[in-house]
Amino acid sequence: MNLSDIVAQQLVNGLVLGSFYALVALGYTMIFGVIKLLNFAHGDLYMVGGFVGFLALSAISGVVGGDWPGVFIAMLFAMIAVGCLGVVIERVAYHPMLAAPRLSILITALAVSLVLQNAVLGLTGGQYQAFRADLGFGGFDIGSLFIQHNQMVLVGTAALLMVALQLFVTRTQFGRAMRAVSIDKDMCQLMGINVPVVIAVTFFIGSALAAAAGTMAGAYYGSIWYFMGFLIGLKAFTAAVIGGIGSIPGAMLGGLVLGLLEAFGTQIPGIGSEWKDVFSFAVLILVLVLKPTGLLGKPEQERM
Amino acid sequence: MTSETMNNDVVLRLKGVEAGYGRIQALNGVDLEVRRGQIVALLGANGAGKTTTLKTISGLVRATSGTVEFEGEDITGRRASDIARLGLVHVPEGRHILKGLSVRENLELGAFTVRDANLRRQRMGEVFRLFPILERRQHQDGSLLSGGEQQMLAIGRALMHGHRVLLLDEPSMGLAPKLVLDTMRIIKRLNQEGTTILLVEQNARLALKLAHYGYVLEGGHVRMQNDAAVLRADTSIVQAYLGD
Repeated sequence: MNLSDIVAQQLVNGLVLGSFYALVALGYTMIFGVIKLLNFAHGDLYMVGGFVGFLALSAISGVVGGDWPGVFIAMLFAMIAVGCLGVVIERVAYHPMLAAPRLSILITALAVSLVLQNAVLGLTGGQYQAFRADLGFGGFDIGSLFIQHNQMVLVGTAALLMVALQLFVTRTQFGRAMRAVSIDKDMCQLMGINVPVVIAVTFFIGSALAAAAGTMAGAYYGSIWYFMGFLIGLKAFTAAVIGGIGSIPGAMLGGLVLGLLEAFGTQIPGIGSEWKDVFSFAVLILVLVLKPTGLLGKPEQERM
Repeated sequence: MTSETMNNDVVLRLKGVEAGYGRIQALNGVDLEVRRGQIVALLGANGAGKTTTLKTISGLVRATSGTVEFEGEDITGRRASDIARLGLVHVPEGRHILKGLSVRENLELGAFTVRDANLRRQRMGEVFRLFPILERRQHQDGSLLSGGEQQMLAIGRALMHGHRVLLLDEPSMGLAPKLVLDTMRIIKRLNQEGTTILLVEQNARLALKLAHYGYVLEGGHVRMQNDAAVLRADTSIVQAYLGD
């Protein structure tokens, strides 16, 4: 392989990884937007999404098969189920804490994370589950570069979800209201916006996106387990911070940037793939030191 | 109780309203009436309870005692978003332009409760006729407008909503003298077109020139009330309670 092939191959790898990060980072950043909470349970919703998708696919693969059509149906089911779970978590765990000091709700989020992980640990006995998808390994060559169909479908689906989200938040009244709630809740109420409903819908969408990523990741990598949400939760947080926490385009960009940085980072001589997490979190620290508002975040400023 | 015809005339009535923030009591029994088609000025020094009165009417602050009636209906303790939907629209102090949203998006959200897109477009046309500068700046970030333009945007956003009564909190705050006069002219014009307005103002002289009736708050009570012309004529009142 010559240098340009390595670059192209890592570009593809980085896009795949970045798609997962971006989908999870979106929920992170949207939820931070509306209730100013770093939802440390968000990665676990990705994990639960993987398991719900797995169960759904197991139930329907006899009828529709285990290829992408089946995975999509399973993914849709996981999105709805985990979306509802996200709404329930907000109502039960976070909503009563909104008036409490910020630290209390953060600790609540850690507790929710532990509850989700241990629930799935209890149900699965901590075993890896083979994800019964049957995606095949077909693809095509561009020069000496090989791109799997799976990678294209995965990146395409993630892109489609992100475009849909972007249209929703910029072109619809409800999407605008969602952005407005993240800026000024009192003013939203005065405009007749039912703020708790907007918060609930935000949790639904954010959780559903994480579930979509979880199902696709399960199908793509072929296995799932109860702890798979932990690391991606931290990575998604990193991606959201790189993009500028609270910014929706920032989360998309931050996810892709982080995915690409990891893919290329492993190619630096002396930094093997076992160092890629160190690499990511070093980037997080650098961003926090050099540009804490992230790539697309706006500095806080009050204007009379 | 007064006669039935008198009651119909009153669109907004506060009876013995008490409210506060935590242990701090800001309103100690406010009685106040706003009649249809009038501008009523709510005056008083800093901390007298003017802003809290508006917030209690619009539901941002919960009344701990007393009642608020809007068009004969008891709205005490209702959710602020539900009160806004009734057409009782509060333009808060400091304008609260949504930062990061364009001027147009700010206006669109003002009409959040208006389902009919044609009606939204029609209202936006009216707002742009009233404030041409907003049309020219419609794609800019609302928070980048000047203070005067932001005030126009805040009022325009309230007009998008389909108001019956406007609660205006310090619309002249922080504006240059000429813009203050412009703002007052707009308030007068809105009133002439039929809008009932409860106006909180620091600038008492100016407010009493516009208003039909005035209330002076002190320590969370109504200290005095009268026709605006009477309050205006009493220079000792203006000096003692209203400052300038």
